[in-house]
Amino acid sequence: MHDMFRLAEAPRPSCTAVEFPETYRRAYRWMLLARVAEEKIASLYRGGKITGGVFLGKGQEAISVATGMALRDGDIFAPLIRDQAGRLAFGESLLDFTLTYLGARSGPMRGRDGNVHRGRPKEGLLPMISHLGAMVSVVNGILMAHRFQKKENTVGAACLGEGATSTGAFHESLNQAAVEKLPLILVVTNNQYAYSTPNHRQFACNDLIDKAIGYGVKGHSVDGTDLSACLETIGGAVAAARDGEGPQLVIASNLRLAGHGEHDDAHYISQHFKELQLGRDCMEVAQNHMLAQKWADSSMFDLWHRDSQSLVEEAVAHSLREPAPDPAKEDWCALASRHLLEGNPPQPTHNH
Amino acid sequence: MITYLEAIREAQRQALENDPRVYIYGQDVGAFGGAFKATKSLAQSFPGRVLDSPISEDAMVGSAIGAALQGMRPIVEMQFADFSTVGFNQIVNQAATMFWRTGLPCPITVRLPSGGTPGSGPFHSQNLEALYAHYPGLILMTPATVEDAYAMLLEAVAIDDPVIFCEHKYLYYHLKADTLPKEALPAGKARVARAGRDATVVTYSAMVHESLAAADELATEGWEIEVIDLRTIKPLDTDTVLASVARTGRILAVGEAWPWGGVTAEILARVAAEGFNLLDAPPMRLNSKDTPVPYHPNLWGTHRPTARSIADSLRVLLRS
Ligand SMILES: Cc1ncc(C[n+]2csc(CCOP(=O)(O)OP(=O)(O)O)c2C)c(N)n1
Repeated sequence: MHDMFRLAEAPRPSCTAVEFPETYRRAYRWMLLARVAEEKIASLYRGGKITGGVFLGKGQEAISVATGMALRDGDIFAPLIRDQAGRLAFGESLLDFTLTYLGARSGPMRGRDGNVHRGRPKEGLLPMISHLGAMVSVVNGILMAHRFQKKENTVGAACLGEGATSTGAFHESLNQAAVEKLPLILVVTNNQYAYSTPNHRQFACNDLIDKAIGYGVKGHSVDGTDLSACLETIGGAVAAARDGEGPQLVIASNLRLAGHGEHDDAHYISQHFKELQLGRDCMEVAQNHMLAQKWADSSMFDLWHRDSQSLVEEAVAHSLREPAPDPAKEDWCALASRHLLEGNPPQPTHNH
Repeated sequence: MITYLEAIREAQRQALENDPRVYIYGQDVGAFGGAFKATKSLAQSFPGRVLDSPISEDAMVGSAIGAALQGMRPIVEMQFADFSTVGFNQIVNQAATMFWRTGLPCPITVRLPSGGTPGSGPFHSQNLEALYAHYPGLILMTPATVEDAYAMLLEAVAIDDPVIFCEHKYLYYHLKADTLPKEALPAGKARVARAGRDATVVTYSAMVHESLAAADELATEGWEIEVIDLRTIKPLDTDTVLASVARTGRILAVGEAWPWGGVTAEILARVAAEGFNLLDAPPMRLNSKDTPVPYHPNLWGTHRPTARSIADSLRVLLRS
């Protein structure tokens, strides 16, 4: 991945007393960078500078960052729309984010796809298609390939919202992972709404974690607003998968603290949820925790915030200067086997 | 003698033998050898590489895509083409878009046991090539001969793009050849299955044989009918079609699939647009009826084009 705009290599979550504060601080800094970056894109969106939708992970940074940080080189990550923090922690460069949102030719999707639909599959970061649930079996397949290739000790994590648990793809892929005993960590963030649909119109089980037993996989519930809990739970689930214990289903509870996308004012979100523990902002919870533990003070928060802002400003400024794709120079070829293109294939003008 | 079905099995055996990246995944394909026995004994010969899947077409294809990204060459067997609609999303939205979006090839082969046999009914008889051909990023193969079933399946596995391999169930046991071919035309090249000068039939898969039988019948009436076997639906070999129409001046496109849109419509659209002045008569096409595929042999035999209905259409075409 691009080294530009990467913070120092993040250590993996660990629960030893000595390392944990450092892990926690790093996690928090990824979360902060994600939030600042998304706020910037949202403001560009409001200024009419973004073509297409903008989707924020506000309120979801803790569970996402814990997932990204628990993975290492060789692992597979299939993030979804609210996983900016996890993407950064996994190693996606901030430039991939800004270039893709701004539609630059030099971004990883070259203007062919946009916003959250980006990735670098060669580096283990899968570019989501929109169809919810569809990435999970792709992760399964990579893990099956690792098995064929005797590539050991790798795991794959896929993220979904609770709404996606209603899809056939969710069912097929989690069952498939269980049958094949794959080292899959399926992280479902139950943020109470799928777009505007509340949970009682989405599923009728008491708790989504009950699905784990039905699939024959290990289940973990976690408070998605509590970074410590997220780091520990995801860290444990990833370690279990890596140790050969098969698929791990994690259900994190929180509240979506933004609209479905920036076009949505989320007026339908019930006040009731905002007063519950799950309605907390995981960033504030993390800050308070660090203050209480004396792992950081307000001057450090200010410094980190300024750092994040300048990284984001720099990435956006760079991306705004990058050329847009040129339809006349575009290689309009959807086949890797160019000789099988019908008619006279246009000559490639760019090499990827 | 080797049948069309055995040729498919032998191609898979070859692929498994030649290339450690190949594995086969599908319902009942393992020890049981597949619903049609297209993978019979392969699991025994290649332990761990011919895997039974759960009844999960979406996840079957999705996982094949993941494995392909990771350097494997999966062959997915759909038990029947009809059930591939459950995996449709992964095929058309994930596999077909992968190269375009990411620049990484997605070499998967999805085998679709296609087409009608008497008694199969609405959900075990479909021909879905037009549906898949509609999507950019896919290769569509429709072999009509034992030789092509073998050679094209091997080629499908070697191609760097997702290939939808429509093998016709009616040909599985009916069609026999003496030996397997050492070489074959490449994908994207049609074959003149029978040369003629009075009219051209453009077709593919099982309809090649119905069309050849119709041509035999018309030969007794003094007509010489050219029959083109497209072999691949996408890419479509428009050049061979136009060259034939240039010789005959008349075209009938025949397909076993439904009439609305589809392969025969595509052929005629191309001939009309690119070869209008070659035509001595309005182009014609013949497809199945526009209903689900019926169960009873009496109905089924009338639902799809047959040598007789093709011959009837040709007589109309030759008179016009
Ligand atoms: C198969 C499919 N159907 C519909 C949509 C449209 N859609 C996009 S996001 C979304 C809501 C998703 O809710 P959830 O899975 O709970 O995730 P969240 O947005 O809450 O993070 C819907 C309906 C889609 N992307 N895919």
